[in-house]
Amino acid sequence: MAFDYDKYIRPGKLPHIWCPGCGHGIVMKGLIRAIDSLGLDKNNTAIVSGIGCASRLPGYIDCCTLHTAHGRAAAFATGVKMAKPEMNVILCGGDGDGTAIGGNHFIHACRRNIDMTYIIMNNNIYGMTGGQFSPCTPTGAKASTTPYGNPDPAFDVAKLAIGAGATFVARGTAYHATQIDKLIAEAIQHKGFSVVEILDDCPTTYGRRNKFKSVIEMMNRLKDIAVPVKAAEKMTPEQLEGKVLTGVLYKQEKPEYTTEYAKVIERAKGAK
Amino acid sequence: MSGRYELRFSGAGGQGLILAGVIMAEAASIYDGKQAVQSQSYGPEARGGASKSEVIISDGPIDYPKATVVDALLALTQEACDKYSHDLKEGGILLIDSDLVTKEPVGNFKVTKFNITNTAKNEIGREIVTNIVALGAMVALTGVISKESAEKAVLARVPEAFLELNKKAFNVGYEKALAAQK
Amino acid sequence: MAKKVAFMQGNEAGAHGALYAGCKFFAGYPITPSTEVAEVMSAELPKVGGKFIQMEDEIGAMAALIGASLTGTKALTSTSGPGFSLKQENIGYACITEVPCVIFNVMRGGPSTGMPTGPSQSDIMSAKWGTHGDHPAICLVPASVQEIFEETVRAFNLSEKYRTPVTIMPDEIVAHMRERIVFPEPGELEVINRTAPSVPPEKYKPYDTSFGDVPPLAAFGTNYRFHVTGLNKMEDGFPTTKAAIVQAEEERQVRKVEANADDIIKYEEYLMDDADIVVVAFGSTSRSARFAVNEARKQGIKAGLFRLITFWPFPEKQLLALSKKVKAFITPEMNLGMCTGVVKGCIEGNAPVHGIFRVDGEPINPGQILDKMKEVK
Repeated sequence: MAFDYDKYIRPGKLPHIWCPGCGHGIVMKGLIRAIDSLGLDKNNTAIVSGIGCASRLPGYIDCCTLHTAHGRAAAFATGVKMAKPEMNVILCGGDGDGTAIGGNHFIHACRRNIDMTYIIMNNNIYGMTGGQFSPCTPTGAKASTTPYGNPDPAFDVAKLAIGAGATFVARGTAYHATQIDKLIAEAIQHKGFSVVEILDDCPTTYGRRNKFKSVIEMMNRLKDIAVPVKAAEKMTPEQLEGKVLTGVLYKQEKPEYTTEYAKVIERAKGAK
Repeated sequence: MSGRYELRFSGAGGQGLILAGVIMAEAASIYDGKQAVQSQSYGPEARGGASKSEVIISDGPIDYPKATVVDALLALTQEACDKYSHDLKEGGILLIDSDLVTKEPVGNFKVTKFNITNTAKNEIGREIVTNIVALGAMVALTGVISKESAEKAVLARVPEAFLELNKKAFNVGYEKALAAQK
Repeated sequence: MAKKVAFMQGNEAGAHGALYAGCKFFAGYPITPSTEVAEVMSAELPKVGGKFIQMEDEIGAMAALIGASLTGTKALTSTSGPGFSLKQENIGYACITEVPCVIFNVMRGGPSTGMPTGPSQSDIMSAKWGTHGDHPAICLVPASVQEIFEETVRAFNLSEKYRTPVTIMPDEIVAHMRERIVFPEPGELEVINRTAPSVPPEKYKPYDTSFGDVPPLAAFGTNYRFHVTGLNKMEDGFPTTKAAIVQAEEERQVRKVEANADDIIKYEEYLMDDADIVVVAFGSTSRSARFAVNEARKQGIKAGLFRLITFWPFPEKQLLALSKKVKAFITPEMNLGMCTGVVKGCIEGNAPVHGIFRVDGEPINPGQILDKMKEVK
């Protein structure tokens, strides 16, 4: 029997705002399947986002949803999680929202290792504002504000998260749709701050400017560059040139923030 | 006592002058049944610079919380003395550290001086209690609050391990000021 | 039993007032001269099972505050000038989403870094217009340590009652001075909690105006699932660009405060019965003014003090009525005329308004105000 997404979609809120060919809908379906596979209680699950195309995702899902200010999802979500640690808190948003204006909140959420899952849909561009370059736009690429090619180097979101202290970091792509729910489910189950980067596409504002002839070509690129971590172990550096690792890239057990704060409460109650 | 009595504790940042002012005001307000307000101003430095703490004591409500005409001034450093003695009232009480303030302000003041910092360092054995020695001296010279209340307030504000040290500092300051006054 | 009495700093009293009001969450960022609020909260909140978090920046602190409040938790932050500027983005978010929270902003010199340890009263316009767009504003300006405690409780009450952020703004002098405080017993001061929904979850809408201008607010993590967005929204919380709805919602949000101004506005009149020279002042400056009024009376000048305790909404009605019977207003303030302008704006030119302005990090002393009284009498 086909999966029943309607159990999780808010009635009357579709169609969504995303363009034909955009991968965000694929990610949303992956998230819904992950929530379902874990049996999360909708009443006890908050989905928090910032601003941008990807950040419109929470509005479609029937949970406690918080569409915040640009870049601030991690900080709002931290307040929710601290005040009610028993809630499942899931964040989502785009690359510009999360790593530029929200970069500071992102790295500090990683550092605290607070038990939340952040899904970053990386389509290498600011889509909603019409295609300006983001910190994840490849060097040399065209955007509406890099008409002569992008002079900026790009962030590696996964490495940034690992460096900042996230204890679970995974990467998937919008092409590998059936893997998305598994990565997100594993991330949610991980006790600590988990980051799932989904390489995504924006045919409207990125593909068009960067010589992709069709959505299919953009999707095929995602298929071609992705190399599962296990497969990469057997490949030479030359073979890995231009490739991107996918799967669970990093996983570690470390003290989780709300658990540690519960100890602060115990110590304070014991103090004079 | 009627009306406002204004005290200013001045010196360098890190000498504990704010705490001295707080204890003086707390003694008046909590233990002596008077009204008191303590305020302060300080520079960006945590240590050094000129720092002051002001205390207003009155039998009635205190509106303006800062000094208008200072009745009693403590100056532990030359810089503080130069900076904060301008509004000491004629005939006002001036307590200075005789080792550190060599240039006295010009005016008709009741000046008392002794080696406050060195008393803390050598006689009590800890320079950190300079503020409490000075507080004892200010209590003695001004008579604006009772000695008993001041001592109670000192003991309520300092860590348990240092009760005796501070009690001694307070009393030595009190006695030395009375002796130096004569 | 004798009441608990302490000799305490204004900032500390603010923290204790928040705890009295039932605050269980604090998010902040260190900034002079408000840090003592955070320090007290970090020590006291965990004792009552509350949460304290020092965030990565001022913006994040304001964001965390709103997130926590949405779970039904009363939340406080403290800041000062530069931090207040940074918080404005999410203060606007709290306004449009109608999430209760309290901002304790200690006024220091500005603009920018200004004079971090110097007093000022120059954030009062930021408290109303600091964030962009039309929105309600409630701002309280206490003048003593005891009043900081009590007004912090009232700040929470107004925030919960009207579903809107409330700023409480002592100036640096009031925030840092120490005075005796008598702690109210539990139950002695009114403590208001936000209205919970009376309808079942499937009927709940977070901006349902059939309940009046202040709709009930559910909490995340209960059986009520709803959507919150900073976009203009409909009564179900979802975004809309429909002109009529946007217009009506914006007007309602402002109206819920303006129409209840009489409930929110608080002021004190001192020697006002026969006064013909009226000082309009707030915070530490009102203490200088009271001193000056007492001196003036000794000298036969009929001076009085109109002390603002609520700054926003501004007591326009009261000042307009006063302006018809007094000779002059004097408005001392530690800025270059912000309150003076507001007073002028509501008295229809009925009386002259003489400002006294200081931005040099020094308080306005009673002598300055007395001199002005002699000049205009």
